[in-house]
Order: sequence, then structure tokens, then C-alpha cells
Amino acid sequence: MNTSLNWLKAYVPDLECTDQEFMDRMTMTGTKTEGYRRLDKNLEKIVIGEVKSVSPHPDADKLVICQVNVGDKDIQIVTGAPNVFEGAHVIVVLDGGKVAGGHDGSPLPEDGIEIKAGKLRGVESFGMMCSIEELGSSRDVFPDAPEDGLYILPADTVPGEDAIEYLGLHDTVFEYEITSNRVDCYSVLGIAREAAASFDKEFKMPEVPVTGEDANESASDRISVEIKDTDLCTRYIGRVVTDVTIGESPDWMKKRLRSAGIRPINNLVDITNYVMMEYGQPMHAFDLSTIAGNKIIVRRAKDGDKFVTLDGNERTLDSEVLMICDGEKEIGIAGIMGGENSMITGDVHEVLFEAATFNGPNIRKSAKRVGLRTDASGIFEKGLDANNAMDAINRACALVEELGCGKVLKGAVDVHEPLPEKKHIAFEPERINEFLGTDIAEEDMLKYFERLEIEYDPKAKELICPTFRQDLLGFADISEEVARFYGYDRIPVTLPSSGAEAGGLPFKMVIETVSRNVAEFNGFSQCMSYSMESPKVFDKLMLPKDAPERNAIKISNPLGEDFSIMRTIILNGLLTSLSLNFNRRNKNVKLYELGNIYIPKSLPLTDYPDERMQFALGFYGDGNFYDMKGVVEEFLIKTGMREDLKYDPSDKKPFLHPGRQADIFHKGVKIGYMGELHPMVRKNYEIGERTIIAVLDMPEIVKKANFSRKYVGLARFPAVNRDLSMVVPKNVLAGDIENMIRVRGGKLLENVALFDIYEGEQIKEGFKSMAYTLTLRNPEKTLSDEEITSVMKKILNGLEGMGIELRS
Amino acid sequence: MVKEKLEEIREQALRQIEASLDLEKLNNARVDLLGKKGALTAVLKGMKDVAAEDRPKVGQMVNDTRAEIEKALEEAKNKLEVAAMEAQLSAETIDVTLPATGRIIGHRHPNQIALEEMERIFTGLGYEVVEGPEVEKDYYNFEALNIPADHPAKDEQDTFYINGEMLLRTQTSGAQVHEMEKGRLPIRMISPGRVYRSDEVDATHSPCFHQVEGLLIDEHVTFSDLKGTLTQFAKELFGEDTKVKFRPHHFPFTEPSAEMDVSCFKCGGKGCRFCKGEGWIEILGCGMVHPHVLEMSKIDPLKYKGFAFGVGLERIALLKYEIDDMRLMYENDSRFLGQF
Repeated sequence: MNTSLNWLKAYVPDLECTDQEFMDRMTMTGTKTEGYRRLDKNLEKIVIGEVKSVSPHPDADKLVICQVNVGDKDIQIVTGAPNVFEGAHVIVVLDGGKVAGGHDGSPLPEDGIEIKAGKLRGVESFGMMCSIEELGSSRDVFPDAPEDGLYILPADTVPGEDAIEYLGLHDTVFEYEITSNRVDCYSVLGIAREAAASFDKEFKMPEVPVTGEDANESASDRISVEIKDTDLCTRYIGRVVTDVTIGESPDWMKKRLRSAGIRPINNLVDITNYVMMEYGQPMHAFDLSTIAGNKIIVRRAKDGDKFVTLDGNERTLDSEVLMICDGEKEIGIAGIMGGENSMITGDVHEVLFEAATFNGPNIRKSAKRVGLRTDASGIFEKGLDANNAMDAINRACALVEELGCGKVLKGAVDVHEPLPEKKHIAFEPERINEFLGTDIAEEDMLKYFERLEIEYDPKAKELICPTFRQDLLGFADISEEVARFYGYDRIPVTLPSSGAEAGGLPFKMVIETVSRNVAEFNGFSQCMSYSMESPKVFDKLMLPKDAPERNAIKISNPLGEDFSIMRTIILNGLLTSLSLNFNRRNKNVKLYELGNIYIPKSLPLTDYPDERMQFALGFYGDGNFYDMKGVVEEFLIKTGMREDLKYDPSDKKPFLHPGRQADIFHKGVKIGYMGELHPMVRKNYEIGERTIIAVLDMPEIVKKANFSRKYVGLARFPAVNRDLSMVVPKNVLAGDIENMIRVRGGKLLENVALFDIYEGEQIKEGFKSMAYTLTLRNPEKTLSDEEITSVMKKILNGLEGMGIELRS
Repeated sequence: MVKEKLEEIREQALRQIEASLDLEKLNNARVDLLGKKGALTAVLKGMKDVAAEDRPKVGQMVNDTRAEIEKALEEAKNKLEVAAMEAQLSAETIDVTLPATGRIIGHRHPNQIALEEMERIFTGLGYEVVEGPEVEKDYYNFEALNIPADHPAKDEQDTFYINGEMLLRTQTSGAQVHEMEKGRLPIRMISPGRVYRSDEVDATHSPCFHQVEGLLIDEHVTFSDLKGTLTQFAKELFGEDTKVKFRPHHFPFTEPSAEMDVSCFKCGGKGCRFCKGEGWIEILGCGMVHPHVLEMSKIDPLKYKGFAFGVGLERIALLKYEIDDMRLMYENDSRFLGQF
């Protein structure tokens, strides 16, 4: 929403402030003013001139030499404008003046363009004649300007006078961000009312004389209205104008329309646009002679109906699009655009004005489905006050008479549902103060309400709110009115008085913090990736067609396939980031991510999915599987889960190296997996180095993590170490050997540690050499030889059972 | 006689000690001088030839000489040890200006750092951190927040839908409703998390970003408490000198509503390119919880009041660390992450 200051001043004549003051005050009372633009920015020393003579330039075919009267004197100006002629009234920037831009309409330079007297191909020139673009404007709002050349003024303009004043450019246009609750502020009057209240000045509504009183005919003689779908149209007003004379609008109206960025067209069209801006009520004008059966019917379209709008395009309708129809046919899409079949043309004689109230959401959806969003639909979709429609159509008729463009017939055809009534809200000043934390006097509050046209009934202690204020519904809304006019900045700054309670993180987030710390201390940096991804990810990860991961939640209106499903596996984002780093030649990159995967309980989704936080780590460069395993175990140590871990290589995830992967189990429950990325997957992600990943399923970790620690006395009796050097069948897992040793070692076995592993020469085919140090200790006493022998014997038997030979 | 002999031993000993230039030679000297075969021992051995009445005196003289030699040995040893240490240290001198061995600690994502700052501030004020679901029911994302079925914010353009009932939450505010429905009052909570809007990826937009929601519900809560709480938050986050400005705004689920600006932390409020010349930077939206929202969650608006606020995490992180392109946050280039 834009308004010009001059237009606002028509309703708030006493408004006196700088542009910046206006912007700041309006923003602080709730009409957020995003910025302003002075229309005369960089327009200096610009006057009206009259071209007295045009003569050729001796040295340039495309230039001419003009003598131009600028009031008190004639000056010589050399120009290349193709449309200059003797007697033309033109816009002249004098020596030392400034224009806003170049004649090609390119973006305006911040400081404008200075114009100085000088020579053009050897001939002196003391100024410049201007095109509309050079004034920082365009043919959009000055449609009478030529495509290329000077803007020619009417012959009745006076040389020497301020041309900028004449064009109405001594003005400032403010741009607002209107919030969706303030439908009334999508109008100049709405903004003016807020401005008057903000600056505590008088607000004057335009005077709208009654029209058509002495006409012989009434609107109802010429037209009848029937609303068939009252859910979508709550009011339809028609008024009729006869003896229409199409012509230009007066300057004042053109200037105001231009300031709002609207191109003046002709008096009739301009009036509807003007009233739309002024009252915030879009209107439509039909050529009455095209309306069959003298009647208007408002009803839904039928699925598949075709309709040509007045821009000449054919639109396809459906049964939720509301149409304006006559006795035979559809003549307009309600609230969006009229039809070509009923549009105003140059030889129109009688016009039907329409001001109606449509269902906002329906207009919004229809505009979208029909593919046609117009200024009118943009306003209608906010849901308008039905009472405003009558004021607006009466204003339009008054303008018709004022501009002399037709005769208004008596009365209006007004069909409506029950009209909105003023809302009564209890006035509770103490409660307001208690709510705001203020001590505002009751009289002050009432003053604010008065400025806002909110009436007060002291007997009932009730505020009576005008119907255009659809946002005022209850106590909180009233409090806001008080707050914004008292001033948010004047409201005290306090802290909640209730007793301090202990805040904190839930256990889940404590575990996440531990995971971040462990990852970072091990050199991994945190990455974040999108939770939506492409279903192609499953192919990239070589997951089979029937993989459960492929049962993902689909977004019904995604931005594209790449963001169309909610991830069910955490790796893609991490691998994509590793890939990006690899391609940018970053070395030894280690990343981790803590992110959710989204596992639907059933599809289609009817209930919340399982959002499972995953702790994923990945790196390429220095390091191997066991380095990653060390990070995983450090995390599990920190979360009290070091005991009873098992790494099971049997699952064979397709995206991991078949011989270098493991599911991680804690006390028999799977808590994650890790491994080296399959070379094919690595290729899919274009990572040129071996990549190791680990994923921990945090909900399982959170279930099992514990931070309680109990001190165990430091050993007082000596330990005994026994080294076992053995030849092991290649397929026997170290984890299984250790498990067996631990089980058989019982309480006396304090530790078992691998200190050598070797395959190759000197070891027979299919075997590997392994060496462990076993630490035995009895916490109660010094170990006896018998105890040691007994334990070692059990262990040696166990080894034999696994096909393991001791090396001598 | 003995006296002269001892004097001679002493002098010779001191010379030998002085001549011992390393610890090994000094040790040899010790053996020579004080050992069983040493001159002093020989003197003691000759005591039997000394007259009985002179023995104590001679014994004393021998002991004195021995003590003197021991002392000289000790001093020489200390001197040599210090010299050896100094020589070693000197030999071990390194070039301290050589580059450090690569940093090994990883880096936290700027979003995370900003979030932890906020969590620290609000948990310090007694707020609990809670999480809500990202795949959310329409009711919690809209209806329970006073956004009726036909509200423009519900337009498909902004919201990713799964189906008619389920969607990707567009705001963390739904977490308020879940918390209020638990019926445990008073409430002080913040709820960080991912939210989704149907915006194409560019320098300032991402279809997936993070918000931190805040909610306080209690008896006797006022708008001034909202101002106070968020003023303190801004000062802690951006520095004690930070000024704040509350501007009226509109959100369906709060009334009165406000947007909070902070004085530009780059120019201090004078106006610069960073704040687009305004001196202020918009940080968050907030307001008093709409009575209708309380009612829908079965909280009596006559007894309880509250305030709520929502902060865009990326917005804070981008501003605080002067990151000029939101896409960097989701690219995870190690050269980017390594700066935090």
C-alpha cells in the first residue's frame, strides 16, 4: 500500500511533519511505514518553457537549436529530441539545475544528473528540455508522454512557472506494510484516519453530496439484482449513470492516481480506481446496454465454463468461482475482473456501477485457480466491510456529477445479507493497565478511542467500535489500541514477578551436547543439511527397491523433486557436504550432523511420524575404520555405555563396504552402525577418497545413557600379565576371541588387550597371527599360581574350541 | 706431621676436584679421595701409630678435612649438573615461530552457537527447553494459534503439506500449544527447532530453517514484563549497550503484538550499510498470548496471562557473525565452519 502525502493532507489538512517524522510516528503507532520516496528528488530549477524558434544545427544533423522562453527571458537550448516544434510548451531544466535520470528510463542515479550550460557540437546551450523519464517518472503514469522525446505540456501552461508543481511532483509517496488484520488501512482514508490519530489532528472525510435525488428514474427501474450464493457475496449494490460522456479526468485526480502508481485512463475508469484507492472498495463499471434482461445474478460458475475477461484472455472456471451474470450470460468474475462482453467502450451511454462485498478467502483461491490476480482481487481477498460498499458507490456517483461525466439515477439497488453491526466491548481501564503494566489515565484512553472513531457509552461502560475496524473483537484488541497510542516505547520495562524456577535442558538435549563435544574434540565440525530430499537419494545409496527406507513421507506440494520427501536416512546431507568439500579441494574433512529422520508409522500419514535424532559422523582423508570406532566408543564411554558393546559385520548395508562395516549393539540392542562407504556410493557422491561414516540412533542412546558413576577402590594387590600369541583362522573375529576370554577369565580377568596382529609370510594360508596381553588380578589378595593356571587353562581350552593354535 | 699431611691431601683434593670437568671425572675423584684406597683413609688407617692422647685431635682434623672435601665435591657436582642442564636446554632450542600442528578440534555450526547462547540466557531466566514435532497437525500449526481455516497464512504457497491434516510446521509456535495442553502451569519454556516454508533457496531464503519459540504463562504477567524480558535477552545476546525498540505489529496468536528491533551492533545506531541506514535491525516478533489461544488450550484467560516470542535462528546467526548468504549455512564448507 502506497499513499502520497498530498492526498493524505486532503483529509488531514493540519498534518505538518517531515517525511521522516511521518514515517517514524506512523510506524510506532502500528502502521509500519517501510520507506518513502520524494517525487521531486533531484529535480531542481525546472520550469515551463515555450519554444519560440527551431533552427538546424550547423554541424549535426540530429541536433536543432531552439530559442526557449522561460518566463523572464529567452534562452538558447540545443536538443536532439525528435518531437520539438515551434510553439511547443516544454519542461526546461535551467543551467545549474538537476534532473532525476536519463531519457532512457534506466535506474535513477542516487544524486541525479546536474545540467550545466555548455557547447553541443560547438553551439552554446543554456539548459535542457526534458522527457518524462528524465523527471524520474514514466509513461505508465503519464500515458500522454511520447515514447521517445520531450514531454509536451498543454498550450495553456505559463512559461516560467514551476513545472514540477504543475506536474504534481512536489509530493512524497510513503510505502506501508499493512498487517492482515487492518483491512481498513488498505485505503487512503484508512491511512489518513491513522495519521490523524497518530498526530492528534482533525480527520475530515470527503464530503459526499447525495446524488440522483432529482432524477426521473431510479436505478431499480433499470436493473434488478439477485444473489444466489449468499455465502460468497453478502452485499451487491448497483447504481446507474446515464448520459455518459467519456473524457479526461481533472488534473487533481490524475495527480493523485499517478502518486499511487495508477495510470489515468478516462474519467469513468479513473473514478472507479480513485474510489478503490480512497475507500479501499474495488468497484466495477458495466456498459448497461450489454446487460441482458435488466438483471444481475450473482452465482457460482459451472465446472469447465469458459469466460473471456476484459483483457481479452479466455479463462477456465470451476464451480467455486463466483460470477456476475445477467439474464443470459456471465459478464464478470466477481471481485477479480469484468468480462469483455460487458466492458466500457468509448461510445458507452449508460453505466452500471457495482460495489459489492465478496467472501475474501474465496476470492483469493479463485484468483489463484483462474490464474488472475488483480488490484481488485488483492483487496477483496482481505474481506471487506459491507457497510463501506455503500459509502464508496455514493462517492463514485458524486464524482461522476462533479466531473460532469454523466447523470446519476436515483437511489441504489442494494441486496444484502444482514449488515455488520458495531461491536460493543466492555471498557475496563484497570484491567488494561494491569495487562500492559502501565498506569494510563482513563481519560487518556478515551481520548485515543475518540481519535479512532471508537465511541464510548459511559452508562454501559462500553466501547462501540466502527464496523470498518473488523480487528476489534475483545479486551486484548482494545488493550492494543491503548498501547499503541500511549506508545509502546513508554510502557515500562519490568521482569516477570513470579518466583524464579530452575530452567534447563531435557535429558535428550544433554546427550546431544555430549555428542557434539565428543565429535568436536575429535576434530569433527558440525554440519546442517535439509531434512527434505529427493527420492533419488535411495538409488544413490544403492538401497534395494524394497528397502524400508524408501517408505518416506512425501510432501504434496514440494519445491521440486529434490525437496520432495522427508529423509528416512541421515547420510545424504552429510555425504553431500563431504562431496562439496572434496570438490573444493578441502583436505581431511570431518563432519558430523545431529538431525532428525522421519519414519512414518504408516502411509499415508495419519499421525505423527517417529522423528528420530541421528548422530552421524563422516570423514575422508587421514584415518580409518578404527579411528571412527574410537570416536564412537569415546561417545559411548561418556554416556556410560561402554560395557557390553558388540560390532556385528553380518548385516551388509548396500551403501557400505561389504567387508568394512558393522552394526553396533549395546546389551543386545542395536544403537547404530558404522563402516567405510561403498566405493560405488562414493563414486555417486563424487568423493575421491575413502570415506568412513558412523550413525548412532539417539533415541536408543537416550534410553540407555547414564551419568551415574561409582568409585571402585584402586587395586592394592599386584596384577599378573600373561601374553598369548596365537594363530587364528582368518574368519574368526577379534571381538569373539575377546568375548570368550572375558567370559572364561571371569572376575580375575581385569583386562584383555590386543598388541599385535599380522597376516602374510610366515603365517599359513587362511590364518592370521594375533597376540594379546591378559591382565589378571584378584582385588582381595595376591594371586596364587593355582588361580592363574586355572584361569589360563579355561581360556586356552576356549581358544582350542575356536580352532586357534598357540604359537610356541 | 699429620697436620701437614692432611693439608697436603686437602690441597691436592681441591685441585683434583677443580680439574674434574665432567660428572664422571668428578665421581672418579670422589672414589680416589674418599674411597677405601684414598689418602684420607690411609691417614685414618695410620691412626694406630698416633699417640692415644693425640688421637681425638687427629681424628677431628681428619674429619674436618673430609668434610671440606665432601663439600667441595658437592659444590663441584652441583655446578657441573647445572652446566650440563644448561647445555642440554640450549641444544634443545626450537624455532617457536614454526607453524602450529594442525588444529584438531572441530567447530560448532554458527546456528548451534547462536542457539546455545539463547538457551543459556533463557535457562538462566528459568525457562525450560522443550521440543515439538516438525511434522505437525494442521490444528497445532494454525487453528490452535488463532489462524482460522481461510487465513492467507495457510495458503499453500507458504506451507508444505503432507496431506489435508499433516504438514511441515511453518513456525515453532505449535510447541506452545503442546506445552499449554499439558496443563502444567505456570509455563516458562523456549522451543527451538526446524521450520519449513515454501521458499526457493537463495541468499536470504531457505525452505528449511530454525526458530526459537518462547512462552511464559503465569498469573499477573504484563506487557511490560515482555518488554523487560526481551530487553534483557537482547542485551545479553548483543551486548550491554544494545538499545531495543518495540513496534506494534500483528500476529494472529498474540494481542497486543510487537516486533522488536535492536540498535545496529555494527554502527551503534547511527545508520550504516549493514542496517540499511536505519540504525535498527529487526530481530523478533512477540506479543501477549491471545486470550482465544489460551482458551483453546483450556487455560482461563481471566486468571492467566502470558507472552510469547519467536526468533529466527538463522537471522540471529547471520547478523551476529555478519554472514551475507544463507546458503553458506547449509553447504557446510569446512572453510566456512572453521571460522566459528
